[in-house]
Amino acid sequence: MKPNQKDVEATRFKYLFLLPALILIFAVVIYPFIYNIVISLSNMSMSHFHDWQIVGFRQYAKVFSEPIFYSVLGKTVVWTIVNVFFHVVIGVFLAVLLNRYLPGKGIFRTLLIIPWAMPQYITALTWRGMFNYEYGAINLILSRLLHLPMVQWLKNPTDAFAACILTNIWLGFPFMMVIAYGGLQSIPKELYEVADVDGASGWQKFWKITVPHLRPVMIPAIVLGVIWTFNNLNVIWLVSNGGEPSDKTHILVSYVYKAAFNLYRYGYAAALSMVIFFILLLFGINFIRKTRATEGAY
Amino acid sequence: MRRRGISKLKLVAIYIFLILFTAATLYPVVRVFSISLRPGNRLLSTSLRIIPDGATFEAYRRLFTETDFLRWMLNSLIVSLAVTLTGVIFASAAGYIFSKYRFIGKKVGLTALLTTQMFPATMLLLPMYIMISKLGLINSYLGLIVVYLATVLPFCIWQMKGYYDTIPDSLHEAAIIDGCSHFQAFYKVILPLAAPALVITALFSFMGSWSEYIVAAVILQDQSMFTLPLGLKMFQANMSTDWGLYAAGSVIVSIPVVVLFIILSKWLVSGLTLGSVKG
Repeated sequence: MKPNQKDVEATRFKYLFLLPALILIFAVVIYPFIYNIVISLSNMSMSHFHDWQIVGFRQYAKVFSEPIFYSVLGKTVVWTIVNVFFHVVIGVFLAVLLNRYLPGKGIFRTLLIIPWAMPQYITALTWRGMFNYEYGAINLILSRLLHLPMVQWLKNPTDAFAACILTNIWLGFPFMMVIAYGGLQSIPKELYEVADVDGASGWQKFWKITVPHLRPVMIPAIVLGVIWTFNNLNVIWLVSNGGEPSDKTHILVSYVYKAAFNLYRYGYAAALSMVIFFILLLFGINFIRKTRATEGAY
Repeated sequence: MRRRGISKLKLVAIYIFLILFTAATLYPVVRVFSISLRPGNRLLSTSLRIIPDGATFEAYRRLFTETDFLRWMLNSLIVSLAVTLTGVIFASAAGYIFSKYRFIGKKVGLTALLTTQMFPATMLLLPMYIMISKLGLINSYLGLIVVYLATVLPFCIWQMKGYYDTIPDSLHEAAIIDGCSHFQAFYKVILPLAAPALVITALFSFMGSWSEYIVAAVILQDQSMFTLPLGLKMFQANMSTDWGLYAAGSVIVSIPVVVLFIILSKWLVSGLTLGSVKG
């Protein structure tokens, strides 16, 4: 074969292989995405399901003019920061503990991954049962073993939100632990030996050696963690049973899910989806820019 | 290993802490197991014992003989296998081109795939739900499979591309110089080397569909079409009578997933970090 023929074959192969996937992606991702934009500009709802029409940016105006958007956004930010903070702190702490000479540490490492491995919906439903006032394990432990007052976990908005956060902290720390553990193993041992010779304390070693070396590994993990937590519908929806009590425990994604599938406000829900997407996109772009900037400084 | 400077006392303290922490972490899992063993008349007990009084496998027997559990399992299997098969076939092909060939729009395409990971759940679900209901595919396997593909496919393509990136270009180039067609170079040389990535991509897309509740709750309304998550949620909602069924079902559904996940977690993490380094 002449090289020219080879090139033709390469091109043909390339597009033949890519095309099916592109068509599929167009059908299940791009087309729905564009359709979502169209819906967000329309008045589509249960009563206007077939006879909907384009109404411009009215739904977006509604999103930003309703005070509930800001209170739910505030809760989402609290939810994300609290969760990711505890995921990272618990995860790194455990990874540091496990990264020393410790016979049998493999068993702990395996057992501590289980919260991550459990199907999320089972975790959420099980914790909902454990938060039951009368029969749930949490109140039984509080009152019998610790002699503390029982808490109306699922009846009071603040406690219900706390219950969701506790559940999500439980299922999220193992991911950070595994990532941090991998990062710790790649730190050269000699650095610590030199620090020992220089008489550094354990705390100094942690801040001067461990933290700077963990940073490049942890930062992408934290970004992923923020996006996942911000978008985590399972835990909020299943632990609070769809925002109970009285829709006071929503984060943005659960609020928009309810608007779409319980209240049939399609246009509004599509607009709100776009807003959530742009919030995350801005966060992502901003993050990439920041890390590029710090990379230059090293 | 930093053996130096650690006193015996400190080591004991670490062990005690780890044992207590692990016990607390595993408690919810133990609790489900314990509830699944409760006899029917003591479902709502306030006991904290791990093996309950009069422990029995009654709930497991009822689950298989008196409920639709097996039917739900079949539904879940059909949907998850279809998603996995489609996802892996398309992703192994597209990922290869993204990794080894140059074409217009490659960078844009990869970035766009990554951007889909920032979509809130309703972003594609709502338009798809409307399309599916207009096509009369509510309550069908196909409707659910299509929505799951939308979430799984971008991730699968990235995962496969990341793995192909670790295979040196010289391999398929040498095969082509030796007279293989491009397809033969892919099929005979590269694909066998990528087998581990195929297995992992397949298992993760399978487990994703197997454990999905939110989308299924929108698409499936008929109880006979339920997948496992919907069925278990139905038991859970009726705490006084079906709490034991929920617990028994959860134990059965979770065990294979948890075991697989623990085996695979090592590769998932390396895949994620690889993706972030290259991306």
